Amino acid sequence: MKRVLPSLFVHTLLVLGAIVTLTPLLWMVSASFMPAGQASSFPPPLLPTRPTLEHYVDLFTRLNLARDFANSLLVTVSVTLFSLIVNSMAGYAFAKLRFSGREAVFRVLVSAMVIPAQVGMMPLFLMVKGMGLVNTPWGVMIPGLAGVFGIFMIRQFAQSIPDDLLDAARIDGASEWRIYWNIVMPVLKPILVTMATFSFLSSWNDFMWPLIVLSDDSKYTLPVALANLVGEHVQDTELMMAGSVLTVLPVLAVFLVMQRSYIQGVLMGSVKG
Amino acid sequence: MSHMTSERRQARAAWGFLAPALVLIGVFFFVPVLAGFVMSFTDFDIYAIGSPDTIRFMGFENYRQVVTDPEFWRALRNTLYFVVVGGPLSVIASLSAALLVNAKIARFKGLFRTIYFLPVVTTMVAVAIVFRYLLHPKYGLVNQALGFLHVGPIDWLGDPHWSMPAIVLLAVWKNFGYNMLIFIAGLQSIPEDLYEAAELDGASARDRFVHVTLPSLAPTFLFVGVMTMIGQFQIFAEPYVMTQGGPLRSTVSVVMLMYEQGFRWWRMGYATAIAFVLFVIMLIATLIQMRLQGEGRKS
Repeated sequence: MKRVLPSLFVHTLLVLGAIVTLTPLLWMVSASFMPAGQASSFPPPLLPTRPTLEHYVDLFTRLNLARDFANSLLVTVSVTLFSLIVNSMAGYAFAKLRFSGREAVFRVLVSAMVIPAQVGMMPLFLMVKGMGLVNTPWGVMIPGLAGVFGIFMIRQFAQSIPDDLLDAARIDGASEWRIYWNIVMPVLKPILVTMATFSFLSSWNDFMWPLIVLSDDSKYTLPVALANLVGEHVQDTELMMAGSVLTVLPVLAVFLVMQRSYIQGVLMGSVKG
Repeated sequence: MSHMTSERRQARAAWGFLAPALVLIGVFFFVPVLAGFVMSFTDFDIYAIGSPDTIRFMGFENYRQVVTDPEFWRALRNTLYFVVVGGPLSVIASLSAALLVNAKIARFKGLFRTIYFLPVVTTMVAVAIVFRYLLHPKYGLVNQALGFLHVGPIDWLGDPHWSMPAIVLLAVWKNFGYNMLIFIAGLQSIPEDLYEAAELDGASARDRFVHVTLPSLAPTFLFVGVMTMIGQFQIFAEPYVMTQGGPLRSTVSVVMLMYEQGFRWWRMGYATAIAFVLFVIMLIATLIQMRLQGEGRKS
């Protein structure tokens, strides 16, 4: 009896917390299958009386959200791959190559992390505009192509690579590029997977910068398209929920698959950051 | 291969490896930040985009206007509400979740941890839309649930007194899982013998929490507090999507005001000044928090 009560208490709270956490997401999914108008009835229904796919069909046909989905995917995958290579090259150089000025340059980069992105946003927009990249995927991608946080995390991980391994390859006559690509990259794989997950999620979910750069709805990423759609279709609860499901599903799927390495990354960034 | 050439070869390779990142960060981060600083002292506006020769240097005029603009103070007050009310609530939610998931008797720890973390990875725009409907005064599930407790109905998004609490609710739900993870790691790093020693001394569960758990978590509190606050000062998508800053401008945040001034009215010099004022406020708030929590740790 003495054991059962605390256990009951803890598990009741855990389940209550899970219900509160999951309800918005489950309701979103449920409402997306409700016939138009059902979600706005009293008392609010939890489940569709007559499940329908009409809103998803609507999204892909009339509202052309497949195009925005493709835009999001293009931007997200490109930023992820590009930043992974650029950041890993820099992180490795900071961790393992000897050159004068290494600590100074690294310190400048790390101290720049305290500067919020907004202070450079207007000039950055004007630069992107000057380069003719407003309203293009390139314009959306530009701020994410390289990042101090990514370099920092990869440097942290790369420091554990033994120097002997690299020196042995040098004695064998391997070029520095070859050492990076054939020896360092395979060792960095766990952190690269983590950073790829981080980058995918943050790029997919990003809102403010794409909102600024994109003005033509054929170029919108999903979050921008969704924010725009809710302006015209605020009464169409079920349709908006279908759009939200479509937006959230890819990131939830990526997270669930990559969970372990993602969580390790969060902890690594907090312990050493 | 002599030692000398190897050193030099390595240095040259290093700069080669660094070049792409340094050029990108330099051109697309440092240059805009410096340009923004200069811009904040000019009257850069919509005419300047077409003909840059109309730009005039105005000294501190933008900054003077920012600090005398009632709109700015309103936005700052809303943002500070979010920081001061939302911050502690979110940290309490995170710590509670961490304590529950980490409890010795808890089962299915991994499952609960995953569930609690799910909102963190969702898209803010999408969940802000979901919350718009959940908070609907008549058809929303939140008021329905409160009705069972004989509370409400509350006009969350229509009443200026409830619109900021609504945004806090969304943000706490969305973010508590992140700090929960960090608290779990902090809890797991507390040595077990501290608890055993306290138990031998006859300390109750509550004593152990106050005298062992909380002090041991001090560094975690500092990290979580500072990072949460920095994120909250930059709140934008939540009000932009859920309330459009309304009702009666009760949820306009500083970054949202900057966005409106810069990208809706194209008053870019003024908008940049807002951004720098926010930056300075964030720096000061961070230093205060580090000082306060640093002292708390010593005593």
